[in-house]
Amino acid sequence: MAETTTTEPAREKLSKKAITADHPTWCPGCGDFAVLAAFYKVLEKKNLDHEKIVTLAGIGCSSRFPYFVNGHGAHFIHGRAVPLASGISLARPDLHVFLFGGDGDGFSIGGNHVDHGGRKNINMTYFIMDNFVYGLTKKQTSPTSPIGFKSKTDPTGAIDQPVNPMKKLIAGGATFIARTHATQVKHMIEMIERAMDHQGFSVIECLSECVEFYPDVFDPADPRKGGSFELIQEKKWDNTPEDELRHDVTDELAAYKLAQLPFPGVFGVFYQNDRPTKNALEKKWIETTREKLGHAADQEILQKTFDRMK
Amino acid sequence: MGDPVNPDITAIKKADGATVAAAPSPDRADLRPENIQDAVIRLAGNSQDGIQTAGAFLARLAGRSAQEVMTYMTIPATISGGPSIFQVRIGSGEVLSAGDEADFLVAFYQHSYQDHIGFLREGGVLLYDSDNVEPNLDDKRYVYVGIPITGLTIEALGGTAKDKGKNIFVLGLISKIFQLDAEKLRKLINEKFRSKDESVVNTALMAFQAGYAYPVGNLLSKLYQFEKVERPGGRAQITMDGNQALAYGLIAGGVRYGAGYPITPWSSVMEVLRRELPKYGGIFVQAEDELASVSIALGCSYSGWLACTGSAGPGISLKAEAIGWASMAEIPLIVCNIQRGGPSTGLPTNVEQSDLHQAIFGSHGDSPRVVLAPRTVEDCFYIAIEAARIARKYSTPVFILSDTSLATRIEAFDEPDLAKVMVDPKPDLTPRQTHVPYPLDQITQHVPPGTRILDGKYPLMSGLEHDEQGHPTGSPKLHMAMTAKRRNKLRKLAEELPVPEIYGDQEGDTLLVGWGSTYGPIHDAVKRAREEGGEKCGALHLRHIHPLPNGLEKIWPKFKRIVTVEMNDQGVYGYGQLGTLLRARYCEPKIASFTKTDGLTFRVKEILDGVFKGKSFAARFIPRDGAAVVHHDTAPESVKTTREVVPQGVG
Repeated sequence: MAETTTTEPAREKLSKKAITADHPTWCPGCGDFAVLAAFYKVLEKKNLDHEKIVTLAGIGCSSRFPYFVNGHGAHFIHGRAVPLASGISLARPDLHVFLFGGDGDGFSIGGNHVDHGGRKNINMTYFIMDNFVYGLTKKQTSPTSPIGFKSKTDPTGAIDQPVNPMKKLIAGGATFIARTHATQVKHMIEMIERAMDHQGFSVIECLSECVEFYPDVFDPADPRKGGSFELIQEKKWDNTPEDELRHDVTDELAAYKLAQLPFPGVFGVFYQNDRPTKNALEKKWIETTREKLGHAADQEILQKTFDRMK
Repeated sequence: MGDPVNPDITAIKKADGATVAAAPSPDRADLRPENIQDAVIRLAGNSQDGIQTAGAFLARLAGRSAQEVMTYMTIPATISGGPSIFQVRIGSGEVLSAGDEADFLVAFYQHSYQDHIGFLREGGVLLYDSDNVEPNLDDKRYVYVGIPITGLTIEALGGTAKDKGKNIFVLGLISKIFQLDAEKLRKLINEKFRSKDESVVNTALMAFQAGYAYPVGNLLSKLYQFEKVERPGGRAQITMDGNQALAYGLIAGGVRYGAGYPITPWSSVMEVLRRELPKYGGIFVQAEDELASVSIALGCSYSGWLACTGSAGPGISLKAEAIGWASMAEIPLIVCNIQRGGPSTGLPTNVEQSDLHQAIFGSHGDSPRVVLAPRTVEDCFYIAIEAARIARKYSTPVFILSDTSLATRIEAFDEPDLAKVMVDPKPDLTPRQTHVPYPLDQITQHVPPGTRILDGKYPLMSGLEHDEQGHPTGSPKLHMAMTAKRRNKLRKLAEELPVPEIYGDQEGDTLLVGWGSTYGPIHDAVKRAREEGGEKCGALHLRHIHPLPNGLEKIWPKFKRIVTVEMNDQGVYGYGQLGTLLRARYCEPKIASFTKTDGLTFRVKEILDGVFKGKSFAARFIPRDGAAVVHHDTAPESVKTTREVVPQGVG
């Protein structure tokens, strides 16, 4: 860690202005604008140290996100943002690692990494803007496109069964799994905050409409358009008969059942558990090892190794 | 000396053909050891017999005794078992290559004998397990020493161990024959096995003692002893293989994080790093695949800790996209490629130098990267430190091209002066007033996250073409300028690279040019061509292949002929991969290549034959491992039919 020198100017409260960068290049009406607004709100509210915010992304419309946040960040390659974020998270536990992407990035080309990020439970907050279509490349079928969706690659309608993001995340081993909607800013903020507070691999799937290539797809879920936005009622552990019916977020099978509900399904936290993170387990190994070596200097350790090779 | 064991002695034939059939008796007291400078000992058996362990003991001992040592081994690609060899060359002088011919061959099985007898020099000693091997005693070229190794090992150890321990028994025999320091060997055996059960150490020592006490003096007309030499420098020697040297070099160079995926022959580098890095406060991650491993490493590098990833050729192909990002976003990274025979799964346990073009050109777009190649095991250590320095200074991906032969062979070298070479890797997070991540007229210096930028403008590392601040741009002018900016760092680096010294004649008829693990045999070849053939020739070995150091163009005019010696297929490109590069860069028609693709390391004789065709000193027939060699030139005009070129039956 850098030493804080006395000459360093005092910190101002983190403002929206400080964290705003380029004007987003998304199409007018894109759901992702609301996600960005919610993210700004969370950062302001949490008042994190500006230099410790890291926003990362792969490739896709939503993956342009880091360009619109003024902070350390990287715009990586398609599908590999989870391992990039994993490296940063493991090497620098002092940072707040945020990862943004879309359904193609997370459930198609990068699907394997989402599973293994979850399995290893690497500490990060991963926000997936799911619009059921490839927007950046102009309307091809995505892994979450419903059967029958007509795209440039499925002119007679999609025939492959779509990925169920909640099921995939539960099976993969992610330790915080939530679902939200880009029209529900308050809910988004709540989910992002809870994901940040969770130690481990936290993933939020957010239905975010592509007004250009798949307009009105989420209508049923939009209360403003007369749809429903059914929230998951989480257990309060208050021993009331009503609580019996509420959802236990630590119950993997119950979460899986919620994920089975037909579209538009339910929103909120599906699953959460406190399994130790890879970050913590690696740290423990390092500490035990360093302890055994009497916290010797690097040169001394290598010298001892070489002495054994004489 | 311990009690002599009572073996059934088999026939012994000397070079002159006289058969000695003698009952064993205690060692002859009058047997005086003959002083030798250099010996090549080849142990041939199956991979599960532990011959690697026995060979490694010999190498460690030589290192500890201040002798030069080099080893060579083959491992079958099968999961368990299969023929395998370990060859140790120990010398009192400089040892550059593992040796063309064995002075001493130990054959555990009939197939070991059949496959390797052709490798024994005339007058050399065949030590064979008479329980398993029936040599052709009528071949008068060799000295035959038959010892019932299996039976004696079982007898010595008894019980459940069966013939496990044959390797250590043979180690005892060899240490007697070569008058090696038995005390040191016992100590090494103790060190090697002490982490295991005490009975393991005792069993090993019993096997060693049984071999050592065997009255081998009755079977051999002489014992040998290495000449003692004072080593200049006075630093102790350490003994390890190339993958270990590479891993420890990375640690010395300040690499504390990395990620990889298992693949032969890279895996042992990641195993060492996974085990060792926590001692230094770091982490090596076993990733779910090659794409994740390079991405995790890039994440670590981006976070301020220069990181490494690695693989063999096929895995590097998978990493290629992310390495392109490292070139574009200008993130430092070390990529180790332990080359093997390709393409595809190819020859996973054999050596080849066929990934040079992949390292330099194996990306999309104009994607500058640095490519280095270590030439010896010792150099694996130092080149890793250099790679780390270059990656940081130029904020760029750096390839280290090692190969199977460096990865698996054991050498002894002077212990590095760690006080001088070790690097403190901590990220610099000092607050900055302002930061421009991609200044057009300067080399990018990566500023990791966690660094306060006081003017409030934070950098974004971008895979899209970008302006100086990292914002995406489609400007034709900026793409031109940024492409040049990224490539100019290679030009800057080329200016600071030393021009390698020419070994041998500084000007003359032939210059042999090599890169990577062929250093030893090429230098031995030049030495012999000059000494035995009176050739005016030299050797130039390139460690920095991309960019090439400035000044090579002044070397070419000094020689009439320039031949790159490489383990890849010139038939594909017209020249070897380095030869192709040099011809493209210097338009020098004198540059030709001599290449081979049999998956085995170069023998000195092969190089002499290939480069100095038709000369008397180069004309000798060279037997190959396992099959008669058809010496061939793979230049396109020489290739007629496959059957003609490829020795049939050699995989």
